[in-house]
Amino acid sequence: MFTDLNSILNTSPDNFKQGEFVLILDRKADASFLVHHFLSFYLRAGCKVCFLGLVQSFSHYSAVSQRLGVSLAQAKEKGQLVFLEGLKDCLGILLPGGTKPERPTLDFFSPQCSDLRGLFEFVLSSLSPAGGAGGQGDSGPESLRPPVLIVDDLSVLLSLGVSAGAVLDFAHYCKAHVCHELKGSAVVLVRCEEEEEEEEEGDEQGAEMLLKGLTHQCTLALQVQGLPTGYCRDIHGQVDIWWRGESQQQNHRKVFQYKVQDKGASFFARGTSSAVL
Amino acid sequence: MAAPVRSMNNPSGITCNTTSFQKKSRSKLVSIPGTRPSVQNGQLLVSTGVTSLDYVIGGGLAVGTLLLIEEDRYDSYSRMLLKYFLAEGVVCGHKLFVASAQDHPDDILQELPAPILDDVTSPQPVQEQAQSSDPDSADDMKIAWRYQNLPKVQTALASSSRFGHYYDVSKTMSPDMRQASKCHTFYLAEQPPVESTATSSMGEAYTDLLKTIQQVIHQQGFDGSAPQSKVRNVLRLGLHSLGSTLWGDDLCCRENPIQSHGLTTFLYALRALLRSSLSVAMVTVPSHLIQSRVLMGRITRLSDTAIALESFRGSEKETNPLYKDYHGLLHVRQVPHLNCLVCEVPDTKDLAFKLKRKQFTIEVGHTTAMATPSPPLPSPALPSPPSASLTNR
Repeated sequence: MFTDLNSILNTSPDNFKQGEFVLILDRKADASFLVHHFLSFYLRAGCKVCFLGLVQSFSHYSAVSQRLGVSLAQAKEKGQLVFLEGLKDCLGILLPGGTKPERPTLDFFSPQCSDLRGLFEFVLSSLSPAGGAGGQGDSGPESLRPPVLIVDDLSVLLSLGVSAGAVLDFAHYCKAHVCHELKGSAVVLVRCEEEEEEEEEGDEQGAEMLLKGLTHQCTLALQVQGLPTGYCRDIHGQVDIWWRGESQQQNHRKVFQYKVQDKGASFFARGTSSAVL
Repeated sequence: MAAPVRSMNNPSGITCNTTSFQKKSRSKLVSIPGTRPSVQNGQLLVSTGVTSLDYVIGGGLAVGTLLLIEEDRYDSYSRMLLKYFLAEGVVCGHKLFVASAQDHPDDILQELPAPILDDVTSPQPVQEQAQSSDPDSADDMKIAWRYQNLPKVQTALASSSRFGHYYDVSKTMSPDMRQASKCHTFYLAEQPPVESTATSSMGEAYTDLLKTIQQVIHQQGFDGSAPQSKVRNVLRLGLHSLGSTLWGDDLCCRENPIQSHGLTTFLYALRALLRSSLSVAMVTVPSHLIQSRVLMGRITRLSDTAIALESFRGSEKETNPLYKDYHGLLHVRQVPHLNCLVCEVPDTKDLAFKLKRKQFTIEVGHTTAMATPSPPLPSPALPSPPSASLTNR
C-alpha cells in the first residue's frame, strides 16, 4: 500500500469508494507495482479478495506483500483471500496425459473452449456472500466489507489464444457482478505492447479493442508509461490518472511521475523529482 | 520460486569454516556449485557464462526464470551467448538440456568455448592477497605454526564460490570435459512422430518439446520430488531459435500468423515448469523475422529477462566510425521483478558488445555515439544530447 497514491486518490483502507472498476494499463513500463498496491490495500481494508494471478507464482506475490506489511498466507488461511495460481494449474491441461483439473476454471487453455465461463464461475463462487469458496465460518465480518476482484493480468489471456471479445465479455460480467450486484470493486491490469499508432493489423486490433473496451467500462484508469524523454534511473515513469464519471467535475485527469522503491513508491508532480531539483 | 531456494538448506554446504562465526543465510543458501544468492532479493542466481552480461541483468540469472535473447541477423552472436551459457553449465557441473530444430544439439555442444581455468584468481586481486597471507604458504610466519596442519581450505572455497568463468572462444572445450556433464538433447528432426492429440493450442513440436522437458525435470528430480539426501543440481535449458519455421511455426512467414498463440502458450507453460523446479532457461528467438511487433511484445512479456542483440554486420552502422569499436548494440528489453517491487535498475541502457579475439564482452557504449539511433555523418562537433547531462547527476 502506497500512502502517496492513497492521498492522490483520496482513499484509505478505512474509507474507500465502493463499486469502482479500476483499470491499470502500461506502455513501455511495468505497472505491476500498482497491482501489489491494490492487493495490500484491500486486504488491509478487510475486504474479501479474489486474486487471479495468471503471470507470477504465489510466492512472488507473497514475498512482495510481506514487504508491504501484509501476509498473504495468513489471509488465505483465514479465507479472506482466494488465490488462483494460473502458472501452477495450467500444466495439467497443457501437457498431454496430465491430470485434468475437476473444475472448469482454466478451460480456456484447451483449444475447444473459446470463452472464459469457467474463470467467471470461479470468481462467482469465491466472491458470493453465501458460502464462499471454502465456506469458512466467519462470514460475519466479510459481509460488512464489499468483495474485491483483482486480475494480473488480463492481456496474457490474449497470448494464450482467448479472443479479445471473450476477455471483454469476462470483464463485463465481472463488473456487473462484483461492482454492481455485490457493491464491491474490481482491479484489472492490462499490458499493451506497442505504440498507439500501429493498430491496423488483424491481431493488433484484438489488443487495441480490449484496451478501448476496458477504458470505456472503467471508473478509474491508471495509465503507466515510460518517460517520453527516455530512460532515467531516478524517475521510473509517469502515471496518468483518469477519473471517469458522469458529470464534468468528476471527469478529470492528472499526471504524476513515480519512482518505485523497495517498500513502496513515491509519486510527485512532473519535474519535481528530488533527482532533478 | 522462492520455495526451492528456501528448501535447499544443505548442511554439508559449508564444511570448511574454521570459526564459529558464519553468516546464517550463507549456510542456508550456498549448496549448489555455480550458484549464489542475490544480494537484492535472496534469489538463487546462476551465471550466464558472460560475466559482463551477468552484471547487466542484475547479477545473474535467477533460478526458475527464463532469459529471452532476440537473435541478431545471421544468429552468430546469439548463438555464441547460448554456447557460453551451456559451457558455464558444464564447468559448474550443472545438467544440460539442449533443444534445436536447425543444427543437431550435439553439434552445438561440440562448439562450446574452452574455459580459462588457469587464471581463476586473476580477476580477483583481493582473494589473491588473502591467499598470500595463507598460513600454509607463509613459511616464515612461525606465530601460526599450530595451524600448519590444517587442510588448505581457503583456496578451495575461493574457487568454488567464484561466480562465472572466463572462456576462450578461439578454442573449443575438450571432449572429456564435455562428456563429463550429463546432457539431454532434443532434436526435432529425430523425434518420433506423435499422433496429433490436439490437447492444446500449441503446435505439435512445442507440445513434444514441453513434454520432454517435463519428463527430464521430473525424472531427474529437479522439481523437488527426489529425496532430500540426493545432491541438488541445476538444470540449464538452452532452446535454440524458437519461433522459426523449422519448429513448424509460421510466425516468421506471415503478418497474421495462423498459429499466433503457439509460441506464447509454450512460453507460458515453460515458465510454469521453470517456476516449480530448479531450472533456468535461455531461449533465442529470431525476432527480426517476426513481422508483428505486438507478438514480439507478448513474447517478451512472457519471459523474465529479455535482451536483444543488434549486430552491425550487414547494416550501414558497420562502416560508421562512431561504432568502430563495437560489433553491435545490446538492448535490455526487460529485467525481471522477482519477489520484490523494484527491479535491478541499470545505470544506463546504452550498451554495446564486441567480440574480441578470445572473448565476448559487453561494454557501456560511448554516450554521444549511442544516444542517436542512426547518427548522421560524423561532424567534428556533435551536440551533446540532453540525456547526457541527466545521467551524469
